[in-house]
Amino acid sequence: MAESNQAKIVVEDLSVYYEGTLAVADVSLVIPERRITALIGPSGCGKSTFLRCLNRMNDPIPAARVEGRILLDQEDITGAEVEVDELRRRVGMVFQKPNPFPQSVFANVAFGPRVLGMAGRRAQLAERVERSLTRAALWDEVKDRLNDNALSLSLGEQQRLCIARLLAVEPEVILMDEPCSALDPIATLKIEELMRELSQRYTIVIVTHNMQQAARASDLTAMMMLRDDRAGGVIEVGPTQTIFTRPRDRRTEDYITGRYG
Amino acid sequence: MSEKRPTTRSSLDRELRAIEDDMLRMGEMVDEAIQGSLRALAERDRGLAQQIVDGDARVNKLRFDIEEACLALMATQQPAAGDLRTVVAAMNVVGDLERMADHAAGNARIVLRMGDEPLLKPLIDIPRMADVCRSMIRDSLQAFVRRDGERARQIAAMDDQIDGLYQQVFRELLSFMVEDPHTTSRALFLLFAAHNLERIGDRATNIAERVLFMTSGVMRELNPEPRESHDLQ
Repeated sequence: MAESNQAKIVVEDLSVYYEGTLAVADVSLVIPERRITALIGPSGCGKSTFLRCLNRMNDPIPAARVEGRILLDQEDITGAEVEVDELRRRVGMVFQKPNPFPQSVFANVAFGPRVLGMAGRRAQLAERVERSLTRAALWDEVKDRLNDNALSLSLGEQQRLCIARLLAVEPEVILMDEPCSALDPIATLKIEELMRELSQRYTIVIVTHNMQQAARASDLTAMMMLRDDRAGGVIEVGPTQTIFTRPRDRRTEDYITGRYG
Repeated sequence: MSEKRPTTRSSLDRELRAIEDDMLRMGEMVDEAIQGSLRALAERDRGLAQQIVDGDARVNKLRFDIEEACLALMATQQPAAGDLRTVVAAMNVVGDLERMADHAAGNARIVLRMGDEPLLKPLIDIPRMADVCRSMIRDSLQAFVRRDGERARQIAAMDDQIDGLYQQVFRELLSFMVEDPHTTSRALFLLFAAHNLERIGDRATNIAERVLFMTSGVMRELNPEPRESHDLQ
């Protein structure tokens, strides 16, 4: 089970302020290595804000301030001295809407390695692109279309291409922010299958509004909710199976049985 | 559902309540079958016994109807947590109720088989067993709809009374058979009747266990002591 696994990320007393207002409060969470952790909770409870702290995506927002510690392999990633580009290579993100570059399929996957000087010789790059597309369960579908524009792919394929693009730079953690909300049910299930496959090598954290998705696709579930002071916090964490069959907190029960609000 | 909560799931709540209502109705049918089979035995009323045997098909049908409603609810409403446990518990409970009705029908069949042979002895402990069974069924179903785990725990303890009475009946009938082997067939009719009631008590305990599971999420046997050696199964 998830708990027996080694911690990949340890979040300690994390609080996030936007323009002085507390948005996420006192979150402590252990994210186990090579497991899928789902963050669930109603809109506006700080799930995405929290997720974005894990690879410093909130940095460009000047009014955002973070307190507390986030340890990635025991090293704090919140400090000013942290190389954010390298952090984002290690901790990649997949977004709600597939966002491939308007270039060829190949160029999309090759982009990261080229920018980061990981491309090597042409044959090595081609190999890396193929490996990444294979791991993203997309190779068979696009191997004859590598020079086609990525925007010609279906949305589900585009999302898997974005995952392949991220895999090409050898990340350790994959953050997913509602990765299936723009996809149809079959494309959604393909992403979920892929997540399961990827969790053998990578640590995955997913934010989802789809509770059945969290139930199907994750090992661990963290329930977030607005507290009385209007800041979001984690109210319950546990193995997904436990959270969806016998949650401890009444608010979790109400949310996952659809009786919230 | 006894508790008022925000009603974003009113159709789910309505379907759950319908399942519980049907389950209660099934409990009443089982209660009537137990009571009727005992009266048929005491009064040697073969007409009544036949009615009970025939009526068992209605209980079986209701059980399948309720199971189907549970499956439809799971497929269409995706219940989770407490709701999911309630549906799963209900499916198990109706299975137990259906078996209880079979045991009651079994007792009615005994009445039919006894023909005109007189009862070996007046009925004393067997009606007591039936009374305890009936309270256990009624109370455990009430505990189900009230989500009362504590009550369920107390109900399970009542099964000890049934087991005690059963042992008493067993010893008494055994002594009849030992003293006069010609009484054996008449003693066995009563022993089978007592045995059916003993099985009903075990099934009622199962219901109490399901209520406890539903309210706490923990699956646990409430009367886990090993069976007596003279148990007939």
